[in-house]
Amino acid sequence: MTTSDAFISIRSVSKFFGGFRAIDDVSLDIGQGEFFSLLGASGCGKTTLLRMLAGFESTSSGEIFIDGQPMSEVPPHRRPVNMVFQSYAIFPHLNVQDNIAYGLRKQKLPVARRLEMVEEMLDLIKLSGYGSRKANELSGGQRQRIALARALILRPKVLLLDEPLGALDKQLREQMQLELRALQRQVGITFVFVTHDQEEALTLSDRIAVMSGGRVLQVDTPAGLYEMPKTREVASFIGNMNFFRGTVRRNGSAMAAVETEGLGTIPIPVEQITKPDGAPVQVALRPEKFALSATRPDGTLAVEGRLRTAAYLGERSHFYVSIEGKAEPVAVSTPNISRGLDRADSQSGQALWLSWSPDAIVILDTD
Amino acid sequence: MAETSLSKSRTARGAPRAFGARLTRYLRRSETARGYLLMSPTLLIMTIGIVVPFIILLVISMWTRQGFSFDTTLTLANYARAWNEPIYGALLARSFWISGVATVATVALCYPMAYYVAFHVHRNKMMWLILMTLPFWTSYLLRVFAWKVILGYEGVINSGLSAVGLIDAPLAFLLYSPSAVIITLAHAWAAFAILPLYVSLEKIDKSLLEAATDLGDGPVARFLRITLPLSMPGIIAASFLIFIPTTGDYITPALLGGPDGAMIGNLIQVQFGAVNNWPMGATLSIVLMLWIAALALAFLLVTCKVQERIA
Amino acid sequence: MSAGTYIRRPNRALQVYAVIFLIVLYVPVLFIPLFSFNDAVHVRFPLKGFTLQWYTELWSRQALWNSLWNSVRVGLVVSVLSTVLGVMAARSITRYRMRGKGPLVGFIMMPLVIPGIIFGVALLVLLSRMGVPLSLYTVGLGHLIICMPFAVATLLPRFEGFDPAMEEASADLGENGWWTFWRVTFPMVMPGIVASLLLTFTISFDEFIMAFFLTGTDPTLPMYIWGQLRFPKEFPSVLAMASLILFISFVLVFIAQWVGRMGLDTEDLGVPDT
Repeated sequence: MTTSDAFISIRSVSKFFGGFRAIDDVSLDIGQGEFFSLLGASGCGKTTLLRMLAGFESTSSGEIFIDGQPMSEVPPHRRPVNMVFQSYAIFPHLNVQDNIAYGLRKQKLPVARRLEMVEEMLDLIKLSGYGSRKANELSGGQRQRIALARALILRPKVLLLDEPLGALDKQLREQMQLELRALQRQVGITFVFVTHDQEEALTLSDRIAVMSGGRVLQVDTPAGLYEMPKTREVASFIGNMNFFRGTVRRNGSAMAAVETEGLGTIPIPVEQITKPDGAPVQVALRPEKFALSATRPDGTLAVEGRLRTAAYLGERSHFYVSIEGKAEPVAVSTPNISRGLDRADSQSGQALWLSWSPDAIVILDTD
Repeated sequence: MAETSLSKSRTARGAPRAFGARLTRYLRRSETARGYLLMSPTLLIMTIGIVVPFIILLVISMWTRQGFSFDTTLTLANYARAWNEPIYGALLARSFWISGVATVATVALCYPMAYYVAFHVHRNKMMWLILMTLPFWTSYLLRVFAWKVILGYEGVINSGLSAVGLIDAPLAFLLYSPSAVIITLAHAWAAFAILPLYVSLEKIDKSLLEAATDLGDGPVARFLRITLPLSMPGIIAASFLIFIPTTGDYITPALLGGPDGAMIGNLIQVQFGAVNNWPMGATLSIVLMLWIAALALAFLLVTCKVQERIA
Repeated sequence: MSAGTYIRRPNRALQVYAVIFLIVLYVPVLFIPLFSFNDAVHVRFPLKGFTLQWYTELWSRQALWNSLWNSVRVGLVVSVLSTVLGVMAARSITRYRMRGKGPLVGFIMMPLVIPGIIFGVALLVLLSRMGVPLSLYTVGLGHLIICMPFAVATLLPRFEGFDPAMEEASADLGENGWWTFWRVTFPMVMPGIVASLLLTFTISFDEFIMAFFLTGTDPTLPMYIWGQLRFPKEFPSVLAMASLILFISFVLVFIAQWVGRMGLDTEDLGVPDT
């Protein structure tokens, strides 16, 4: 995405709290209508960045543009963004209807028109008939929807969501994820969504920025992040990953390979690797990219190992296999397509073959 | 900087606006500045009401009385008098003694009550709290007066006892004595003990008590090892809230104390009233304050030490 | 938690103690209305008979009503001023990351740990040096100082329990600081404000020692009662008046508790929900 069609443009923004660098020179472009997630562990700066978009935190340096306008001198109540707070911040002294209509005061609408708009919103969030309920009579999921309606009724250019599903239990959260995604498609507003839950980010987002220590590590689509992480930090933050130390082996410009601890020499398409011959690299492989078999499979890369532990998880099973030349065991995850009871009952110490396809390999920069 | 912001804002009205903009920007950046700005009226009033009077009080305490006017040369003569003449020391000691006994009695008597409401009342806790604090929302003067009605020579106890023939002459020790002052103070200040005690007891996680029981403590050991130490903040707060104001009390000793029950507050009042020796009154006020501060510190140190010993 | 757990099982001795405690607490206070209906000048047993004479006499005592009006005026001004200042202080303490917050709070709370008589004489000395004549204004100033810690202590927990996201949500929905205060902050801290108004009014209304030093020619009600106490002939009138005040205080307290309760969850009271 180029700067010109970016709807939100964050340009070299930093934020200091005293001597602490909460946001460290972040630049991001978010397109119109995108569902964009900021993903990271707590304290990574994702909420601070979101609050800077809303105007609750000032920028120490850099500039934020929304729809081409610089934002640093614009106070929160004049920004074309609205926010769904982590605690929802439903006003306890107002009923549902007054909560949703809160931001309409300035538009000086006739009462009938205002009620009509509130009704539309209640319809949208599937809470018709709840207008006169008190805030303390609502469940967590209902509060979340009202916080959403209260923000959307103002037709913001950007909707900011600060871990809006964090307070909900697992089942409700999954249901709300689907609804949120559908709602975003329906209203077509740009969503910036903060979460620490990688699964949630993968499910909902068009693109995700992975953050750590106030920096953006990588921005990509969910599949891109999962399949082609650029650094070890991103790779281990999203999903599980096996890491192997390796060395680049080049033979002219036609062929390249990585000599990998425990996995032997793996051929790599030459365009995937820029490092010179003999350079150290990290090789990463997801647990589910391995296949297990009792005998050596034909026509694929394979290595022999010994089973350490096995765990049966229902839809899939996890195995830890030690291989020669690598200290930590390799994690393997296989779907339980058939009732493979025998597999889960596998004996510790049993000999196994691990096989994988070379295109499942991810080459990471060494730290 | 001013130039650019002016040209940007288009509705430039000259320097004041630029200054205003700069001030706004500064206030947006500095939380401390905004906080102090919002607090400034309160601080101003409190400074006028506390700091300034105390400085003047301190200055006047170093003046001396010269007939009907004051000699404004600074001297510590009043402090020397307060230290050397036994009457002042005796009154101070009696004030602290009476307040101390009243404080201990009040806290000790209110603790079981607060404990009862915190641990044994399950419904209508609020009702109990209202019941316990209602009498204290009536005038302090009237509550003290009520005790005079009860303890007086022709009061409830004496007239009651003589009516049933138990006594011939009124019991003189009831009124106009230190014990009358102590009884009245303990009754009048009970709310200041009950509320902090209740709050600190209510806060105690009941599972801690169950854990102590589970680990082998009986009710007494459990109370001494868990409940009492955890309610210590309430006991300290209650003690301070009662001891400090009662040492300077004027009404109770004046109405019920008689000559043997007079306290330092009465002496201070006399200096500003009948005796008309303001510098001496100021000196006594400051001496009282210093003593309270010293006793409060000592009390805190002792309770900290005791708590360490228990723990 | 249920009422029947081991720790909370009923304790007979404590129940008896609680009842005796309440009786001792109330008897002295209830003597006041009792004797106000007694048909005798002297306050002593046995009671002589029922009369409303002391109440009817009250109406003709102009000085009493003047002092009552003085106290009400001072109380109203003091309660409003101390609550407004308390709101500003509590808000700045809780809302901003301020340096020196601790000592500031300590400073405002100082009147709690200094005997009132010292404040009384200190203000008297200040005002007389400045040549300010004693009046109801000087009484009000004194009352304002001693009411401030109570106002702040009542309001602080309200503001502390206030989720800052509420105000941010309002700003986010387009309201500036002023409208946010009126539409969100004020209604949400309203119970605290009412409690503070009632508490500070009661304190000012009952206050004696500051008024004792700072009153000019217009006495407040406690000053008037103090004067009346010296003339035993008027004892019954004082009692009648006291009973009326008692009754009004009880009504006020019930209103205060009722209002306070409306805004409180059981959680705030520390009452465990079952």
